[in-house]
Amino acid sequence: MILKMKKEDLSTFLDSVKEWGELRGPTKKEGRVTYSRVDSLSQMDLKAARTIIPPKKFLYPPRFTMFDYDQDGYTERLGDVPKRVLFGIHPCDIHGILIMDKLFLETYKDPYYAERREKTLLLGHSCIPDDKCMCIATNTDFVAEGFDLFFSDLKMFYLVWVGSTKGHDLIRLKPELFSRELDKNDILNYTEYRKWKNSQFKTKIDLTGMPDIFELGYGSPVWDQLGDKCLSCGQCTMVCPTCNCYNVVDEVELGALEGTRDRFWDSCMFREYSLVAGGHNFRDKRSDRLRLWYTHKLQAFIGEFGKPACVGCGRCVETCPVEINVVTVSTALKEQEVGK
Amino acid sequence: MKKLCVVLDEREVQDNPYRPDMWRIVRRYPLTNDVNFYQARPVEMEEALKFNYKPGQFVMVSIPGEGEAPFSISSTPSRPGMLEFCIRKTGSLTETLFEVKENHTLGVRGPYGNGFPMDKMVGKDIMIIAGGLGAAPLRSLLLYVLDNRDQFGKLTYLHGARTPGEMLFREEFIQLKEREDLNCLLTVDKDDTDKWQFRQGVVTELFKHVGPIDSKNTFAVVCGPPVMYRFVMPHLVRLGLPKHQILMTLERRMKCGVGKCGHCAIEYLYTCIDGPVFTYWDVLHMKEIIGRGVSDKTVA
Repeated sequence: MILKMKKEDLSTFLDSVKEWGELRGPTKKEGRVTYSRVDSLSQMDLKAARTIIPPKKFLYPPRFTMFDYDQDGYTERLGDVPKRVLFGIHPCDIHGILIMDKLFLETYKDPYYAERREKTLLLGHSCIPDDKCMCIATNTDFVAEGFDLFFSDLKMFYLVWVGSTKGHDLIRLKPELFSRELDKNDILNYTEYRKWKNSQFKTKIDLTGMPDIFELGYGSPVWDQLGDKCLSCGQCTMVCPTCNCYNVVDEVELGALEGTRDRFWDSCMFREYSLVAGGHNFRDKRSDRLRLWYTHKLQAFIGEFGKPACVGCGRCVETCPVEINVVTVSTALKEQEVGK
Repeated sequence: MKKLCVVLDEREVQDNPYRPDMWRIVRRYPLTNDVNFYQARPVEMEEALKFNYKPGQFVMVSIPGEGEAPFSISSTPSRPGMLEFCIRKTGSLTETLFEVKENHTLGVRGPYGNGFPMDKMVGKDIMIIAGGLGAAPLRSLLLYVLDNRDQFGKLTYLHGARTPGEMLFREEFIQLKEREDLNCLLTVDKDDTDKWQFRQGVVTELFKHVGPIDSKNTFAVVCGPPVMYRFVMPHLVRLGLPKHQILMTLERRMKCGVGKCGHCAIEYLYTCIDGPVFTYWDVLHMKEIIGRGVSDKTVA
């Protein structure tokens, strides 16, 4: 279902959705863009290309308690998650969430992720690609599912995709703001918008054939050269919308008899990641760990699901302090040379 | 609360795959200097009756306050109601586990993993090759085949340990040598007791004493330290076993057991849900299964 809304009505609409849950949107503070709690549209920055951390943090927080334990066993901690409406999510990040859904909601459904997913409404918003965006190469520049509502800014008005029954419920809070009447001009405007968006990409990257190039380049010295540069800081994994790895620890309280079992983001870039009891490390070298990450994103995932586990958001490009990212690694493998 | 008309499995209704159930240790004794044997059963009788698994699967064992780690199952599902596993003292969790005595409780969840493909192995000759701690998961298969002896062909069990003192289940396996329905061959690298009455040398030496093999009709199952695979697997191929009938079971770091935490990833597979049992073909076409360098240069 696609509806039409006047641009000036967005603010009124967002005020009404606060009835469902707390409103979060992209805000800019001291040059950094994050999803923060907001009261109204005026506090949001809808022009920013990306937030530092993707919206995965709302569905899968950096650290949370899974269980409280005592002598009698483990009691799960569920039910205390606030209802939230996230506004301004870009197509790449919705694709990232769709990949998370596959992982957490299919075989052995994760109740913690499921609860947050259920209580978080995703209101997507169209975006303007910057020099780091590469979603056109990962085929994630547009999105057809995974959101509750999606707002495409067509300058004069919004086209609003309704993606779920909950999204439709939000529309019903202010039905007078939406119209079902779309005409020929709306279609022409939309096709024009798509063409314009496609012309905005500046990053030249071509991921076709990556699985074969990875297979051929498994033993390439390029990996060692990249490994020498890598700092193993793990920032790439924290900012990647499809990184899901975590660690679990028991935190002891009140004299060892009670405590919590907590889960927090882990990174395959860390040395301990593949360490087993007895001291054997399956990925002792930085180059091995780096290769695992890129193999997972650009080879293995394609083999399994027919698309890369990279949504082209550009966060690794923006974040890595030594310029190891999807663009430089895929280019290095193709050209068998690590660029400066 | 009113009962629903349809009887739902409790596990499906409140499905939290991460929640451990409480199990009680009913038996515990040392197998070697640094390995203890444990027998445990669920605190709830109903759970004990429901618990079922396949040889080759594993469980996640928790000690509240210490954490959780995967352990392979050493018992056979043909003797239901309890679980047996071995624990080697190597880190903080295992050190605590090592000290946990009878009648204490532990958290257990599972079983996880693919286990051995028993449906395909039925009717075939079975050759089990264990090195060191590899005997822990392979004992499950060995006992399962022995408990269903008429379902399988020839059974061969090869086990190598560094010294007699380090051989897991030593007395149990020595007793098996008395049986006529299997060929049980034991070896140690070095006899530091002067009392060892069986063979000495590495486990591959035992192949000389196995006798004729109907290779196309044989499933070989290997578990041991990574270095052992390097020698044993090519040997089995030379004996004529098809690569998909050479099985191995792997160890990896795991935090969830259900394909979420990422630690046990090997290319597109997770050791916890796609493994821990893999075939030699998997080893050849997936480069990181048994560690760097192993399959890099092997063409055939």
